[in-house]
Amino acid sequence: MPDFILDVQGLETTFRTPDGVVHAVNGVSFGLAEGETLGVVGESGCGKSVTMLSVLGLIPSPPGKVEAGKAIFGGQDLLKMSNEEIRHVRGAQIAMIFQDPMTSLNPVLTIGRQLEEPLMLHIGMSKNQARERAAELLTMVGIPNAKERLNDYPHQYSGGMRQRVMIAMALSCSPQILIADEPTTALDVTIQAQITDLVKRLRDELGMAIIWITHDLGVVAGLAQRVLVMYGGYIIEQAQVKELYANPEHPYTIGLLGSLPRVDETVRTKLYSIEGQPPVLYQKPNACPFAPRCKWALEHCWNENPPLLEVGPDHRAACWVDTKTGRHR
Amino acid sequence: MSTQDPNDNILLRVDDLKMHFPIYRGVIQRQVGAVHAVDGISFNIRRGETLGLVGESGCGKSTTGRTILQLYRPTSGSVQFDDVDLVHLKGEDLRHMRRKMQMIFQDPYASLNPRMTVADIVGEPLMVHSVATAKEIQDRVQHLLALVGLNPSFASRYPHEFSGGQRQRIGVARALALQPSFIVCDEPISALDVSIQAQVVNLLEELQSQFNLTYLFIAHDLSMVKHISDRVAVMYLGVIVELATRDELYAKPLHPYTRALLSAVPIPDPVADSKRERMILKGDVPSPVNPPSGCRFRTRCPIAEAVCAESRPEFREIRPGHFVACFFAERFL
Repeated sequence: MPDFILDVQGLETTFRTPDGVVHAVNGVSFGLAEGETLGVVGESGCGKSVTMLSVLGLIPSPPGKVEAGKAIFGGQDLLKMSNEEIRHVRGAQIAMIFQDPMTSLNPVLTIGRQLEEPLMLHIGMSKNQARERAAELLTMVGIPNAKERLNDYPHQYSGGMRQRVMIAMALSCSPQILIADEPTTALDVTIQAQITDLVKRLRDELGMAIIWITHDLGVVAGLAQRVLVMYGGYIIEQAQVKELYANPEHPYTIGLLGSLPRVDETVRTKLYSIEGQPPVLYQKPNACPFAPRCKWALEHCWNENPPLLEVGPDHRAACWVDTKTGRHR
Repeated sequence: MSTQDPNDNILLRVDDLKMHFPIYRGVIQRQVGAVHAVDGISFNIRRGETLGLVGESGCGKSTTGRTILQLYRPTSGSVQFDDVDLVHLKGEDLRHMRRKMQMIFQDPYASLNPRMTVADIVGEPLMVHSVATAKEIQDRVQHLLALVGLNPSFASRYPHEFSGGQRQRIGVARALALQPSFIVCDEPISALDVSIQAQVVNLLEELQSQFNLTYLFIAHDLSMVKHISDRVAVMYLGVIVELATRDELYAKPLHPYTRALLSAVPIPDPVADSKRERMILKGDVPSPVNPPSGCRFRTRCPIAEAVCAESRPEFREIRPGHFVACFFAERFL
């Protein structure tokens, strides 16, 4: 097993709602190697964001609660840290950028002020040093006239530029890990290409590890080295990126890939569609959470939730069925 | 303009359509400018065809759809539907034409009235146009729900009881209620999850072949547009920069914007994705209040020259059925 800089084991998170307790994350385990880019793919409500927010202690509690698990980072368990302790990790060693660049910046503070804050807080820079560093950071993420633009307010920036500011802010304290939660979803394709390009360049320059959360299998294909697919609060498949796209093993992954039209497709075929909808889990299931939508489902699938099984080299899938033969593994 | 084989069975002709929204300022609300949302576009749609309209946010694609349906009255230009000029129609005449053209909206959470039952929502067009009795409406609603893959017994439920994909099906049923021949689909799937998108697109395709529907399919997702369209038009800042059959457009894009747009689309295949050349555009889309002179795209164009700032490139037919608005399109032939 390689050395992981972040090692998450058996993470479980629940939310108390008027309709009952929702089991959002149900025993998720994964590791992140140094300098690695890990893609986390899944649809809304599959638990991909909640997993990362739990690791960083950002789950609003109540109604949320991290029920079990460990998240070892730098020899310490992030889940056991006090608010004060984890605040020194967050932003400084593990940074996060969010989906909506329109709402994650404070509209009444200048861009400069918002960039300087983490520098003064985490690194202890003086106001002047922070100002200078902020301008450097803006230049690094490709914003021209950085010095003057520090005095602008967020509404004076376009969506793509705001996401660049978020990235600059996240990278300001040279974190070891960058967690990006759907950072390009709200952006147009040409701007999305600019941002993924920027992240790739910075990753190569700065050597940080990245966790890239998305519902877009296309973006992950060009960016990640390893991919986790999540469904109903479980990791249901994980593999190296080429292996996953070439040999998807879990019926859900197969369905997702099949339901995507491609710009490079030449023949027009009917899109494969997964019938039904993703589940909301009010209790931990005894069956495979995907069974109601699965065309391969066997009797065993309804009686026992499959663990992640070894299905290939460095490739694991949580499925009782070998989809190539349709028989039980 | 835009004469693509006049013998073809053309349902909709749009000619030099412009939609400018005035901007008012000051105490006396003087007009100080205009948002040039749609600025002179021309195209035809044939019966039974799907025309895809793609572009980034703010390029005017939704305004185009709404202006065609006369939800906005255009600043100038003409829209001919079934050889009737819609722009100058008013009152009852326009209402009558509206039966034949319907719309499916982007956000299935905002486009259904939360206080109305599904039966009321789907039956409303029938009632408004008083084409059926109450009993007929009831039967028709049941039939429509079954048609879009919803259980007819759900008719008395309210929108919040349905998921996003199911709500979009309700929107589709409402659009079909008056048996239209033309439907503007304004980003009907972009608010849905990936696995649900395919369900809705398949439904739209089935309905099209069943009722010989004509679609204007507006989207920003180029791969989905490629999947569903027969021909595709690419919009940038209020103008159509390129229009061709989907195979030709995707195989041989001639406008630099189309080329950049296509190269920016991620392909869900790491091997294919690493092989292709990426063309990354610089900067953002300029404001439609004050669009660049000459070619709209010149400020971000990798091959722009002095002439591009001076005059607006004509939207010309460079090959049969392939229109492009660029002075240098021949370079990519």
